[in-house]
Amino acid sequence: MQQAIIRTEALTKTYEMGSEKVHALRGVDLLIQPNEYVALLGPSGSGKSTFMNLIGCLDTPTAGEYWLNGTAVAGLNDDQLARIRNKEIGFVFQTFNLLPRATSLHNVELPLIYAGVPARERKERASSMLTKVGLGDRMDHKPTELSGGQRQRVAVARALINNPALLLADEPTGNLDSKTSEDIMALFNELHDGGQTILLVTHEHDIAAHAQREVTLRDGLVETDVLKGSPEATLVY
Amino acid sequence: MMTTREGVRLALHQIRAQKLKSFFAVVGVIIGVMFLITVVSVVEGMNKYMEEDFARTIYGLNTVTVRRTPEVNFSSDPDVWRGYWRRPRLTFEDAEALRTGLGVPALVAVESFNGGNMTAETGVEVENVWLTGASVDLFRIRDLDVERGRAFTAPEDRAGVPVVVLGAEAAEKLFGALDPLGRSVRIRDIPFRVIGILKKQGTLFGMSMDNRAIAPARSAMGRLVNPRGVVDAILIRPDNAEAMDRVALDAEAVMRVRHRLRPGEANSFAIETAEESMSFWENIRRILLIAFPGLVSIALVVGGIVIMNIMLVSVVERTREIGIRKAIGARRRDITLQVLVESATLSLLGAAVGIGLGNVLAQVVRALSPLPATLSPFWMGVAALMGVSVGVIAGLYPARKAARLDPVVALRAE
Repeated sequence: MQQAIIRTEALTKTYEMGSEKVHALRGVDLLIQPNEYVALLGPSGSGKSTFMNLIGCLDTPTAGEYWLNGTAVAGLNDDQLARIRNKEIGFVFQTFNLLPRATSLHNVELPLIYAGVPARERKERASSMLTKVGLGDRMDHKPTELSGGQRQRVAVARALINNPALLLADEPTGNLDSKTSEDIMALFNELHDGGQTILLVTHEHDIAAHAQREVTLRDGLVETDVLKGSPEATLVY
Repeated sequence: MMTTREGVRLALHQIRAQKLKSFFAVVGVIIGVMFLITVVSVVEGMNKYMEEDFARTIYGLNTVTVRRTPEVNFSSDPDVWRGYWRRPRLTFEDAEALRTGLGVPALVAVESFNGGNMTAETGVEVENVWLTGASVDLFRIRDLDVERGRAFTAPEDRAGVPVVVLGAEAAEKLFGALDPLGRSVRIRDIPFRVIGILKKQGTLFGMSMDNRAIAPARSAMGRLVNPRGVVDAILIRPDNAEAMDRVALDAEAVMRVRHRLRPGEANSFAIETAEESMSFWENIRRILLIAFPGLVSIALVVGGIVIMNIMLVSVVERTREIGIRKAIGARRRDITLQVLVESATLSLLGAAVGIGLGNVLAQVVRALSPLPATLSPFWMGVAALMGVSVGVIAGLYPARKAARLDPVVALRAE
């Protein structure tokens, strides 16, 4: 059996807000196989963002286990987490999060810089990735010179540059109009067809519909986990 | 791992993007380094001057000077000064004793001087001429070349013939276009015949060395500048430069006998060489070159604090950017390096500007004052190093703050 890309067991996160304890996640079990396209839904306060931060190795759990592509992540230190973020995870954010004063090319090659890749190879890989997402003629443009859809494509190129195990998208179409949103979702479909594992976090059901599987969180736990094509098969772990 | 070169490129980009803020960040460094370079350039210029011109002019190269009191004395102790005034004055006889008493062959010359007025036979009067009565060997000892005419001879010296050699400026002021040779000048109504004009000597600290007149010490000039028989200095220049120490010792021995000093009694005269006065200057120079960089360091500490604060602001402004970098894989040390490199580059640029301005200012000082100034690559290197160090140290705290930012929190910023 192939190794799961994501496997969590009783993943828990608790915050201290002054004297109050906030139980953002209360023990989430989730399994995501390679080349799955999963949408993560839930209202605000459901723990969606917290879960995404943990999956993305931006934060560490209070309790529970998390294996990313076979590596136990929960006990890793800062530097090790940074390396995982660099190599195994590709982030796409709602607000694009590009460096505003750098060109598209430089934005895309940034993860390669932190991976220690030499300059010439970086430029080659970055430019071919930009071409792949349809921005081959915009490599010297800064984000301010690009439309919203184009910026998000640059962000996708950056996310994919190190060939990550997981593409993690947080409301990727939140700042885009409906036409551009469709373009981006089409791009995601292409990537999925090409073998990429995708976890898409959203609160919009028609965006989530592009995925194969919808996991819904409520109050820090998995409420439903529905695989498309079998609407009756509601799996609750 | 991001390389330093990437960091520098990033830093320069950032500096160009916020020129005014960057300038204000390093103003302290610019000013501190500017003053350092200016002062050091002047001090080193002085040093070159002292070594090459001053020592030679005042003391003469390879010359032992016997004087009543030290040429340069900064003592404010009244007892010391009283002791000086009680010392006997030097005489022609002392010079004779030295001439015969030295163990090695050497030129010996007496020198007496004072300021005074001089009148040409045409009636033109020049004030404040540097009047000197001296032995014939003075010209050789002090490397005074005669451009026109001649110096006086030994027989003229012994006989005290009233002839005079004029400095270039004195000659010009007295006679203008007329040929001074053979003409007569008067000093306090005593006539002298002009027999020679000295080559132009230039200036020393802005004072002209050419407004002078030299006549035989035994002529009336001797009495015009000093009481009868008294001389101000006896100069000894050994034929062999290596014999300097020997000559100094011999001279001291001769003078101690002349002044009837008992063993253990301090010298009642001063024996000096250019080399000794150079070591005096060396002490001054060393003090200056420690004091000024020290003072500038204080300015740089202030400059560093300014840089640190600007970098802290920069880190806060770019919190989101730091979050993005961390999200895509920057480790703490990557962020730390980035901040440090930016801080050091900023500071180094400031130092570079300061070095440039300092050199300009030094040249301005040189043009507008009698002080000299010279380029000192060593000190420019020191200033550059100080610049980098200030930047690195100032960047440490901001770098730490930046590196420790929580990526989740940072991404939410702005």
